[in-house]
Amino acid sequence: MNEEIMAMLKELRPEFDYSDSEDFVMDGFLDSFDIISLVSLLEEKYNIKIDGLDIVPENFASVETILSLVLRSGGNK
Amino acid sequence: MLHIVTQYLRKSAELYPDHLAFVDNKVSLSYRATLGEAEIIASNLVARCLFKKPIAVMMDKSARAVTAFLGVAMSGNYYTVIDTKMPQSRVEKILETFDPSLILTDSKNSKMAQKYERKYVIYEELVEVTPKEEEMKAVKKAESRIIDTDILYVLFTSGSTGIPKGVIITHRSVIDYTEWLAETFNLNHNTVICSQAPFYFDNSVLDIYSTIRNGSTLHVIPQMLYSFPIRLLEYIRDNKINTIFWVPTVLCRIADLNLLDKCDIDCLTNVLFAGEVMPARQLNAWIKRLPKATFANLYGPTEITVDCTYYIVDRDIRDDEPVPIGYACMNSDVMVLNEKDELVRVNEKGELCVRGSSLSLGYYNNPEKTAAAFVQNPLNKIYHEIIYRTGDIVHYNERDEIIFDGRKDSQIKHTGHRIELGEIETAVFSNAAIQSACCLHEAGKDQLHLFFVGDIQDDDLRKFINTLVPEYMVPNIYHKMDMMPMNMNGKIDRVKLKGIILGGN
Repeated sequence: MNEEIMAMLKELRPEFDYSDSEDFVMDGFLDSFDIISLVSLLEEKYNIKIDGLDIVPENFASVETILSLVLRSGGNK
Repeated sequence: MLHIVTQYLRKSAELYPDHLAFVDNKVSLSYRATLGEAEIIASNLVARCLFKKPIAVMMDKSARAVTAFLGVAMSGNYYTVIDTKMPQSRVEKILETFDPSLILTDSKNSKMAQKYERKYVIYEELVEVTPKEEEMKAVKKAESRIIDTDILYVLFTSGSTGIPKGVIITHRSVIDYTEWLAETFNLNHNTVICSQAPFYFDNSVLDIYSTIRNGSTLHVIPQMLYSFPIRLLEYIRDNKINTIFWVPTVLCRIADLNLLDKCDIDCLTNVLFAGEVMPARQLNAWIKRLPKATFANLYGPTEITVDCTYYIVDRDIRDDEPVPIGYACMNSDVMVLNEKDELVRVNEKGELCVRGSSLSLGYYNNPEKTAAAFVQNPLNKIYHEIIYRTGDIVHYNERDEIIFDGRKDSQIKHTGHRIELGEIETAVFSNAAIQSACCLHEAGKDQLHLFFVGDIQDDDLRKFINTLVPEYMVPNIYHKMDMMPMNMNGKIDRVKLKGIILGGN
């Protein structure tokens, strides 16, 4: 699943080296449309609904935090 | 006589010197500080003997970008805004047309400014030096020479040919607009605005100039917050924001995520929106949450200084009804002309044309495009009177409200019927499963394509649309998208969607 999420990030912004970043949001890797797109991609792929209250910077900081968001939102490993 | 915008700033600095004018995540500038910095910037430009010259401001969206604009204005020059995230090729095209005498940048963006091989100065270095008394006198002298038909700014909009068009706006136009706003929405020094529009997008003209006109406070918040709608609402709550002028996309996102009742935003009293069509369903969710607030749909192209019509929601609007763009703003005259250049009757569609003090002087360095859009009023054969043809198709309903139907180029002929694509979109938007939608016509094959984001099957959506519009308006081909491509202004990127149709994907 980590790889799948990484692939989505690469699809959104191929120009960034995500492995180099400790916080995608703080490093400016994901702009507002990227977040919207990423949320729809995750919802589609894992057949989940991400709660609006969970769309906060902390949950999009790294592949790990995104993964834990997906699992909390009802995604299966 | 109040005739230039910097008089707004001077007056507010006199009345409310310690009141906050512009706030961002790094600085909070009082009116005294705003005036002080604007004067320093102006004195630098005056010292370079620049007057009535183009200045490109290449800074991140921030409080100090605003003082840069005001400093340019005070010196008798005019500015355009170069977005620091714009692709280099677009910046080059703009610089070619605008041919700035100087680029005003900040230390963070100076490396980028250097790339364009033009004369540039760095904001931080300019404000380090306090101007001498005679330099301040020179600023006042330059300022006294400005008249209201002098240019304040040039904003570049995307042209259909790919060459950006620079819309020229004068001091007079901005004052005309700002005075109307203050009166219509009771804006005053207690008004606290939260800015959404990028500064190269003319919705920001409301944010900046109504702030200095009324001694209000403007919060220039990090663009990042717009990714996280709940944080936006928390910002509104924590900073007691009472006025917003945002694009419908942002308002819809908040409503769609069911966040409206998750945060105490009762401080909001003015919710204004413009820039694209506001779907009634999401608007109704906002109204339900803030029943006492004023909701207003504003409409206008950049060429008429932000807005020329407005509709303050004063009745129930059904979810499948278009939100009117309403009535002409004070001191703007709207004429809806049919193909024979006659005024339309009720329910007859025509092109919205407008005249008034808020009219642009035309496109910068582009007489051909100017002549095509800014034309003699066809209803006036007696004297010289220029109107602007917006290219937008509208009609009057029985209530005499203007309803936006779509762009002239989005009015299409399909199976022999004349159709406004916007009317189909309005129908689609009223479905609760739909987050985003865009309808396009493929002329070659005469097919209607519907692009949509939402949890609904093509067939169900087709049936739903058919309950609202005639059979011939039901789209033929459905493209369910994970996401809608967006352009720089945060609007749906129709050019990209047309590419999908032609590419056959």
